[in-house]
This record gives sequence, C-alpha cells and structure tokens, in this order.
Amino acid sequence: MSTGILASYEYLDSTVDAIENLKKAGFKEIKAYAPYPEHHIEHALGYGQSPVRVFTLVGALTGTASGFAFTTWTSTDWPLVVGGKPIVSIPAFVPIAFEMTVLFGALATVIGLFILSKLPNVKPAVVYDPEFTAGRYGVYIEADGSRLEEARKIMNAEEPIELREGAADA
Amino acid sequence: MAVGTQERGALTHPDVTRLDDVNRDVLKALSKPGKGWWMLLGIAAAGIGLFLTAWGWQIYRGIGVSGLTSPVGWGVYITTFVFWVGIAHSGTLISAILFLFRAPWRQSIYRAAEAMTVFAVMTAGLFPLIHVGRLWHAYWLIPYPNSRFLWPNFKSPLVWDVFAVTTYFTVSAVFFYLGTIPDVAAARDRAIGFRKKLYTIMSLGWQGTDRQWHHFGKAYIFLAALATPLVLSVHSVVSWDFAMAIVPGWHATIFAPYFVAGAIFSGVAMVITLTVPMRKIFGLEAYLTTKHYDAMAKLCLFTSMIVFYAYLSEFFLAWYSGEEIERASFWNRLFGTYWWATWIMLVCNGFVPIMFWFKRVRHSIPALFVISIFVNIGMWFERYVIVVTSLSHEYEPFAWGIYRPSITEMSILIGSFCWFGFWFLLFTRLIPPIAIQELKEVLPPPMRKQKEAQS
Repeated sequence: MSTGILASYEYLDSTVDAIENLKKAGFKEIKAYAPYPEHHIEHALGYGQSPVRVFTLVGALTGTASGFAFTTWTSTDWPLVVGGKPIVSIPAFVPIAFEMTVLFGALATVIGLFILSKLPNVKPAVVYDPEFTAGRYGVYIEADGSRLEEARKIMNAEEPIELREGAADA
Repeated sequence: MAVGTQERGALTHPDVTRLDDVNRDVLKALSKPGKGWWMLLGIAAAGIGLFLTAWGWQIYRGIGVSGLTSPVGWGVYITTFVFWVGIAHSGTLISAILFLFRAPWRQSIYRAAEAMTVFAVMTAGLFPLIHVGRLWHAYWLIPYPNSRFLWPNFKSPLVWDVFAVTTYFTVSAVFFYLGTIPDVAAARDRAIGFRKKLYTIMSLGWQGTDRQWHHFGKAYIFLAALATPLVLSVHSVVSWDFAMAIVPGWHATIFAPYFVAGAIFSGVAMVITLTVPMRKIFGLEAYLTTKHYDAMAKLCLFTSMIVFYAYLSEFFLAWYSGEEIERASFWNRLFGTYWWATWIMLVCNGFVPIMFWFKRVRHSIPALFVISIFVNIGMWFERYVIVVTSLSHEYEPFAWGIYRPSITEMSILIGSFCWFGFWFLLFTRLIPPIAIQELKEVLPPPMRKQKEAQS
C-alpha cells in the first residue's frame, strides 16, 4: 500500500487552486472529491470525453440488430401468415427492434459506467472524509518522502480544513 | 481562479444557503418514522391483503368471478393497467426529458417522480397477469424455445407491449437506481448500525471522486437520452393495443399522441398528489417551493388542453367521417349506458384544469392537491370509457352488451393503489426523497474569495 495525503476544503475556489498548483508542481495522479459533479474541478483536472458513449453506441446497435434478427428468425422458424402480412414484415418488427435498442443501450451504458468508474467498490477507504458527500471538497495525492512534503506545502497554502496522511484505495 | 456564481440558478431555492444544509434537511426524512407513517403503511398493507385475497379468489374460481364476458372482454383490469402505465410516464418526463432540456425546476421533484414511475410500472405489470386469468401460463408471453416449437406473434401489438413494458420497467429502474447512488452514499456517511451496512452495499462504495463523477455524468446523459424516446414509445405501443384493432372508437391514428399526452397529464397530477403530503410531513418546503408547483400546474394545463383537443377531435371526426357505426359509438359514449363515465372524464380532464389558468390557484397548494385528485379520477375514467364503452357497442346490435365490474375487480383496483402506496411509503424512508447531489448543482458553490471580499 502506497502512502498519500488528503486535504479537505470548504471552498470550491481553494480546491481548484490547489489542483492547479499541484499540477504546476508536476503531480500527475491527482484525485478530487466533490459532493456533486463540479465541472470546474473536471476542467482543472483536464478531462476529455468519457468513453461511456462507446458502450452506449455499441449496446444500442447490438440491440437494434438482435431485435430485427430475432423477430425475423422466429417468424421464419415456423412460418405462419398472420393478418395477411408477409412472414417477415419489417414495419411490425420496428417496435421490437426499437425497444431492444433502448434496453441494450441502457444496460451497456450502466456496464460501461461500472467498468470505467471502478464500481462497485465496497472495501472501506483508509483516508476518506464523510463530509465529501455533504459539503466538502477534497484533493488526494499519492506520494511519499520529499514529494509528500511538497504536496503538503501546496495543499496547506489553500487553507484546508483538514490534512490527513494515509492511503486511499484505487 | 474565476468561478462565476451568477451562472448558477441559486434563485430556485433562496432559503437554502449551505451545501450540507441539503443533507441535513433531506436525510431527516430517513430518521425514525412517526405514527402517521406507520398508520398509512398499515392501511397499505391491509389493502395488499385485500388485493391478494381477491386475486387468489379469482385464481381459485376462475376468471368468471370478474365481470368480464362477451362482448366486453377487457374491463377494469386493462383500464387500470393503462392507468398505471400512464402514471409512470411523467416520472420519466421529469427525470429525463426535463433533464435534457435543463429545466431549472426539476431537481427537487424528480426523485419522487422517478420512484413513482418505477412503482407505477410495477403495479401496471401485475394487471396483464391478473387479466390473463390462468396466471400459470403467463410465461407464454416470453419468447423462449419450447416443446411446441412456437414463437410469439411479433406482428401483434400485444407482444410489442410485453417488450415495451418490460423494457420500460428495466430502464426506469436502472435509471432510478443510478441516480440514487451518490445520495445513498450521502446517507451512508451519516448513518450508523444496520442502515450503514445497507447503504454501503446500495451505494456500491461511491465516494464522489472526480473519475466517478465524470463517467457518472456522461452515463446519466446517455440514459436520459435513451429514456426520452422510450417513454414516448411505451404509451404509443399501449395505445396501439387499441388502435390496431378495428373496434369503433379505437381505430384512430390520433391514439398514440393522445395517449402520451394523457399519460403525462395524469402522471404530473399524481406527482402533485404524492409530493404535497410528502413536503408537509418531512418539512421540505424550502425545496419544493410554489415555483415548482406552478411549473407542474402549467404542465398539467398544457397536457390537459392536448387531451381535451383529442376528445373533441374524436367526436368531430366520428361525425365528419359519416361512418354510421363510428357515429353511433360516439353518440353512445355521450348519451348511452356509460354516459356518466364519459362526463366524469370530460369534466375532470377538460374543465376542472381550466382553474390552472389562474395564478392564485397554481400558487395554492391545497387547491392543487384537490384538482390533482380530480385529474387522477378523470384519467382513470378516460381509459374506462375507451376500453369498456367501445367494446360494449361494436358493430352488430345483437352483439352489444353491458359490462358491470365485479367486487373482485374493484377489490383488485383498490388493492393496486395500496400496493403502489406501500412501495412509495417505503421509498420515502429508505432513499433520500429529494435528489441531494442534483440540488447542490444549482446552489451557489462556497467561495473563499467572495467571502473575504464581503467581510
């Protein structure tokens, strides 16, 4: 287990400043905590597009394809003329294919989210501030020795409520 | 660092100043329940008892204990099925469609609305099972390789409906659960004992890290984008259960949009009915403000106008088509055996919501509550009118007939409300009934520099 340092902040601007200064000092693996999705923090950390969208697209297209394939196959498996319609009547299969698109797309999105954000993860974190889900922001840096001291200095400059050493999980 | 606080819509909740105030106020709802809650839960449980007894009786004696008979083969069960599916719709509207449109008033309502969706679909889903009579054959609806080498008829709207409703239930449940994860994590961080363990598992170890929020936000947008066409499709498919048949009064192209508008209309009314007592009991007045109710009343008014327009156009087209049978069917609606049901529908859905034109009514919570109940009743009767009067008065006069709901059917109808209420009551005590994290997004973020400048 590697060591690190966690700072809890009361203010958003202090958090963002701390992140930016840490980045300037060459720290790479910065982890930030927030009680809600805060785009200023995301911006400071330099996030691009989330690959969740690939999961959604692939899932949705798989759903469309399997919706049409399944209805077509079952209709030809035992051909019965119903309501004077062709055995394979595409317009009638559109609602099924549509519902499968949504179903597969949604489930793939959730699977993508779980894989990308490493959930579920129920093992308790060693350093974690329960106030992060209430009103505090946090910054965590994995470092040791002199780098840890350097990070502590930068974090301290922004007046954190609390500084704690330890290890946060993944 | 420049963070503009003006861009945040802080004005929606002027009484909430600190981020952790939200946790304090909302999580209070999860504390020890009062006597009133236990009483309501008891009533709901008793209603479920009635429901199960009536259903058990029907399974034991056969479908004959219901009033269903030729020519009216669809009665209270299908009416109530459509009613509950309709109720579900506004939940997804508020949580997904208004999310994509960035409506500033959805944050504090959407959790309750979404829970309502999930429980309403759960309730609706029971009715086809009750209606088929021989419950033990219900699994025939599902396509699976069987010894009879038969597959469901995918050209039938009833099979589309199976797919639409199961997809809707799955997606809305997933969407609901996903939205609760950060809030359940917030509850976990304040809880002790058993609840702590429960919330730890339910929140999947959510910590609110940058990485989690980043993917969560994107996944949530995609789910909303998928749920939006889904919600429109589900009630369209339900309407095609009717519109694809050549029964006079059903066979109309207007049915899909007419049903979707009616669904949202009834659903918004149900959200008002549910949140007014919830707001009062849990003291959430700072979060569910008159601004929110005003917006919901406007939505109700708008959809009421669409629905009323659909009624009028149905009557007009029956006359204008010159079709004798179509004309007779609609004449029968207004002045036939079931005239009272039609007039309840017209008054409750068309005339009572006219009150929403007045700002004083929209801003009066008791008035809203009463009108929303009228709308709920009216929308149930709308489905009753569509299902029963149409079937009772088809083409041949010798095949006309009267349908009377039996006590078994009415018990199941009442029981379905209790079943729904039971889950909703559990929800208010188990999951934060207001979306904590989304509310914080619209609150002004705490700023050190601003504070220093002020002092």
